[in-house]
Amino acid sequence: MINEHEVERTSGERVTDEAILSARHIAKSFGNVHALKTVDFDVHRGKVTTLFGENGAGKSTLMKILSGVIRPTSGKILLDGQPVSFDSTTDAQRLGISIIHQELSLAPNLSVRDNIFMGRELGNATGIDYAEETRQTRLLMEELDEPIDPLTPVEDLRLGQQQIVEIARALSVNSRILIMDEPTSALSATEVEVLFKVIRDLKSRGVSIVYISHHLEEALQITDHAVVLRDGIMTAYAERKDIDLEWIVRNMVGDNFDLGSPPSGYTMGDVALSLDSITVPDASVPGRMLVDQVSLNVRAGEVVCIYGLMGAGRTELLESVAGRLDAADGRVLLEGEDISRLSIAERIAKGLVLVPEDRQRDGLVQTMSVGQNLSLASIGAFTKGLLTSRRREQAVVDEAISNVHIKTDGGEAAISSLSGGNQQKVVIGKMLATHPKAVLLDEPSRGIDVGAKAEVFKLLSEGASRGLSVVFSTSEVGECLSIAHRIVVMSRGRIVAEFGPDVMKEEIMAASGEAVVA
Amino acid sequence: MSDTSQAAANSQATNGANGRFDLIRLLLEGRAFFALIAIIVVFSILSPSYFTVNNFLTMSSHVSIFALLSLGMLLVILTGGIDLSVGSTMAFAGVFAGFLLQGVPLEIFGVVLYPPVWVIAILTGALGAFVGAINGVLVAYFKVPAFVATLGMLYVARGVALLMTDGLTYNNLGGSPEFGNTGFDWLGFNKLLGIPVGVLIMAVVAILCLLALSRTPFGRWVYSTGGNARAAELSGVPVKRVQVSVYVLSGICAAIAGLVLSSQLTSAGPTAGTTYELTAIAGVVIGGAALTGGRGTVRGTLLGAFVIGFLSDGLVIVGVSSYWQTVFTGAVIVLAVLLNGIQYRGRKQRGDSSQDDSSSSQQATPSAMEAPAVESAAGKPASQS
Repeated sequence: MINEHEVERTSGERVTDEAILSARHIAKSFGNVHALKTVDFDVHRGKVTTLFGENGAGKSTLMKILSGVIRPTSGKILLDGQPVSFDSTTDAQRLGISIIHQELSLAPNLSVRDNIFMGRELGNATGIDYAEETRQTRLLMEELDEPIDPLTPVEDLRLGQQQIVEIARALSVNSRILIMDEPTSALSATEVEVLFKVIRDLKSRGVSIVYISHHLEEALQITDHAVVLRDGIMTAYAERKDIDLEWIVRNMVGDNFDLGSPPSGYTMGDVALSLDSITVPDASVPGRMLVDQVSLNVRAGEVVCIYGLMGAGRTELLESVAGRLDAADGRVLLEGEDISRLSIAERIAKGLVLVPEDRQRDGLVQTMSVGQNLSLASIGAFTKGLLTSRRREQAVVDEAISNVHIKTDGGEAAISSLSGGNQQKVVIGKMLATHPKAVLLDEPSRGIDVGAKAEVFKLLSEGASRGLSVVFSTSEVGECLSIAHRIVVMSRGRIVAEFGPDVMKEEIMAASGEAVVA
Repeated sequence: MSDTSQAAANSQATNGANGRFDLIRLLLEGRAFFALIAIIVVFSILSPSYFTVNNFLTMSSHVSIFALLSLGMLLVILTGGIDLSVGSTMAFAGVFAGFLLQGVPLEIFGVVLYPPVWVIAILTGALGAFVGAINGVLVAYFKVPAFVATLGMLYVARGVALLMTDGLTYNNLGGSPEFGNTGFDWLGFNKLLGIPVGVLIMAVVAILCLLALSRTPFGRWVYSTGGNARAAELSGVPVKRVQVSVYVLSGICAAIAGLVLSSQLTSAGPTAGTTYELTAIAGVVIGGAALTGGRGTVRGTLLGAFVIGFLSDGLVIVGVSSYWQTVFTGAVIVLAVLLNGIQYRGRKQRGDSSQDDSSSSQQATPSAMEAPAVESAAGKPASQS
């Protein structure tokens, strides 16, 4: 059934086209965080539709809704014009919608054939019909023009080939719609070529593709339609022929919520934190560097932002400076003192702390109360002899709660009773309670709403004006242009550019390798 | 977003839950205590000799062995580990003490050394610490899973104990006045203020554990290591040293238990305390600790040890066959874990339901944070650009 319909676009233009899958007024809230706010979205038959947007814009949430991973809070999904709803990815798959995640879901120890038929093995009288499975796998591989032997263990394949196996698996369940989340992020240039050939081939066979990528130029090569999301809203929609890179970037970044400006009205001190050619090797790939000879000086009272795409080496750099990762080479100096050989605890005592990127995994102890979390890094401050003092701990906790403005019923409250933003403030408050000289924050705004984001930046800015050195990383270009005195761009483990606070967003994005805008 | 309104919603949600679930929650959280009361009431009705001071003292000195092992086990379990070697370590320690009591022949000098009992106690404790240190180093520094490392030690310690005596048992632990090493039976038989010494030792160890866990930095380190080792490490907690320490302390507790047990039995055999490690784990679990680490208390663990001890002694007193005792004990353990599950799941479910209810967003926050973060989380390992 062909469904012709007209849609009023946010951009005002009227477009008539053939949509195989349509999302109408889709909204998704997680508690008070609105990840998606009434989004309309069409996937066109035999076409590639690319979703553009910054981290947190709602791309992944939308993809998860379309593939049945999560259910929308409101709105409906139309498949061939019929309303459908899926409770699971299996439901979605039965209707012909498959998703290929960034992290491939293959079992590396099994062969290509066994992976393709995993969970739906072909049976015969004697058990599994291996011969038939092998034959079908070979056929699929030939269709994809990728002659991989069905019996090869997946772990022996290159990443690009593994991706092809994922695609083959999706095709083997007769998928008509293929959702690909950052499929090229781990591929070499030639592998990307192969993938694009496969995608064009799929298009010609009527398969519709939803594509997500941070590499805007790459995505522009392959896409037929572009949809831009920002803060959970679809901000723009257009066909490929009507748009260019600039159009995407403009619609992606938009006018950001005011996250503040660089703190001023005081004089910065001397260099407090000094990184000297920090190098961190990649443990899984010999000879490759996650962080490659990074040097950086941060003065007391200065705020430095490190911008970079995923995998640029930001997290590894910050973790190695904090002592979590072993650096192969390089020195970390705090107020002139070499602290490269010290343990994490000793670096904290010297005044260098890290607020990690993933607060659930690295920041919070969920089994302990808000107060115990806040005081965890400064136990020494309320220990007298062998015993801790409840009274003095209470003072530390109360001070931290008021310093970072945590909304909580008190120190006794459970961590899970706090909102994401307040949980993040607990992690920050915990580290600030140690009275550091320099604080490193890895994506401090990750997963918190814009109001909390502004509060966090205000905190950092206040800290800086009192002489704290602040280094924070981000993958949202809008955040670079907030409180940072200096913006450092990382790409492939190196610092590739450095800007002042007056730089244009487009320049930062160009430097990071995300997009080159003339 | 309005954090204040959310906080208000939080407290409302919690209050509402409190009102409704008060009784069930009370029963759930005090389950070890109520179980103990129930056991005492039931057996007192079944047997007139159960509810007597003498019987309670006897049972308590049995319990003291379990409790000592359980307290050490609690420390290990709080860090998210497990110590399967405590039963063997206990036997090893007993045999070691028995060996020292027989006199240590120093052939070079042609003399036999008879260390006094207090020296023997210290040396035995050191042996327990040494065994625990091996466990701890294997787990913390060599990344051997705790289950495997201590399973290995279960065999090794038992094996060494058997080797030391050739499989035999030391029956003469009395020492002799001429060598000045008498008094070993004091631990198992004497009473202070009418209370068996073993029970007093248990009480002292329990108080030390309670203090350490609730009032020292070490205690906070133990809870945070078990709750989230990565976060603890980034907060400056010496996670590896904490891990080694808890196994050392567990080994010392096992050695003390070994001393008390062999004194009570007036014999030290290499096969003593077989499967006691499992009883110790059961005590900790019945006491409400989570095997995943981070949750558990000294009070609960003591109650757990008393539940197991009073139950099995009660079954003996009313004349239930020892085979049935095994069945009952097993059922109690499973029931305890089941209730643990209900307690922890209860918390989560309340959270899940509030996720759909947009007015109370209390527990929805963890998923809220995951959601926008997924893009970066999923992409990290793969992306090289």
